[in-house]
Amino acid sequence: MEHYHMNLTLKVWRQKNSQAKGNFDTYQVKNISSEMSFLEMFDVLNEQLIVEGKEPIAFDHDCREGICGMCSMYINGQAHGPWQQNTTCQLHMRAFKDGDTIVVEPWRSQAFPVVKDLVVDRSSFDRIIQAGGYISVNTGNAVDANAIPIDKKDADDAFMAAACIGCGACVATCKNGSAMLFVGAKVSQLSLLPQGQPERANRVLNMVAQMDKEGFGNCTNTYACEAECPKGISIANIARLNSEYIKAGLSSEEK
Amino acid sequence: MGLTGIFLITFLIVHAGVNACIFLNDGGATFNEFAHFMSHNWIVRFLEIGLFVGLITHIIQGLLLWKQNNAARPVGYYYNKPSKNSNWYSRSMGILGTLLLLFLIMHLYHFFIGTKVALYSGDRPHNLYEEMKLVFANQWVVIAYLVGVVALFWHLYHGFQSAFQTLGVNHKKYTPIIKMLGLGYSVIICVLFALMPVAIYLKWIA
Repeated sequence: MEHYHMNLTLKVWRQKNSQAKGNFDTYQVKNISSEMSFLEMFDVLNEQLIVEGKEPIAFDHDCREGICGMCSMYINGQAHGPWQQNTTCQLHMRAFKDGDTIVVEPWRSQAFPVVKDLVVDRSSFDRIIQAGGYISVNTGNAVDANAIPIDKKDADDAFMAAACIGCGACVATCKNGSAMLFVGAKVSQLSLLPQGQPERANRVLNMVAQMDKEGFGNCTNTYACEAECPKGISIANIARLNSEYIKAGLSSEEK
Repeated sequence: MGLTGIFLITFLIVHAGVNACIFLNDGGATFNEFAHFMSHNWIVRFLEIGLFVGLITHIIQGLLLWKQNNAARPVGYYYNKPSKNSNWYSRSMGILGTLLLLFLIMHLYHFFIGTKVALYSGDRPHNLYEEMKLVFANQWVVIAYLVGVVALFWHLYHGFQSAFQTLGVNHKKYTPIIKMLGLGYSVIICVLFALMPVAIYLKWIA
């Protein structure tokens, strides 16, 4: 792949804290390598800002290898930028060309308040997990891995759902700010497996109740979440969430 | 939304089926016979209440979705490219639904009110077919009906498969079939409905 350098104009959302109003600031970066990741380009910009005596831009990042789900950035109108099944840290500058203007915003959701600049608070996801994303475990020695037979398809589907890294791109992308893909994945990965059966009905009811309490929107099946999910989580998980919820609502004595 | 949607989808089959009798080109005899049956049979009259309940529930659900989903994103994006990840019609169900509601008000004014007035003022004989010919003689009414049908098509095309997803059906084998059925259903229903004002306006049927 051809290696080239580019000069870019960046329009970045700056917001002092969760109470502040926030606005876009425009920056110029020069001589950016096409082999840099998007976050490395931000590192260059931040070093430049520090040298100029300005406040660097706050953004979330951790593993920088596409598995932690921290790097939440809405880049040129898309969660994690223009590439499919990709996180911001794995978006490389070869996605852009010399002279481009790039607009970078934080996730926009009632349930993900902006902490500072591009950093949002995703603890609403943690509270949904706490509401039901667990299983009962027998204490004692670890059981042999293959002691419980599991249908290959169920194992595969559960594994695919478990690939969710909780980045919040589904919520950020959804026109309704709905968290159904995230909750669908988390409910599916446990309800498909024998280990998840004891809490099956309560899990879906409690997690959905928490999801609603956090102020996420409703799913209207535009399937934008699936298209933007860095892990390719299928909307079949949302259908499974719906059917689990309907079944649990009808059969469980929980109100 | 899914349940009431499917209910309304089944209603449209009956509605389009009965109305398609005008294409028999028998001067509306069969159609009028059907119309008389529909407005006098007590089971149909009872179902009609259910239809309005279903329709109003569907509207209320839509309004609630609109309100809650707006609240879920108080600050919108400055720059957004939704066309990269979803179809315009899947994102426009609220607007399409509003268009349909406006259409429905006009449609009920044209055909429902007249039938009811005739029924409750001593069960006067009422030639619905002649009324149709009268209404669809106006080109602006025909255009308004065609706009309504186009809105209906996109609303149904998304709504049909969406209802199954909402009710928890997403299957490797059946979902593609459901999507095909949805497309077929939407095309057939909308083409039938669109042909009615056009055929009458252009005097294809007598």
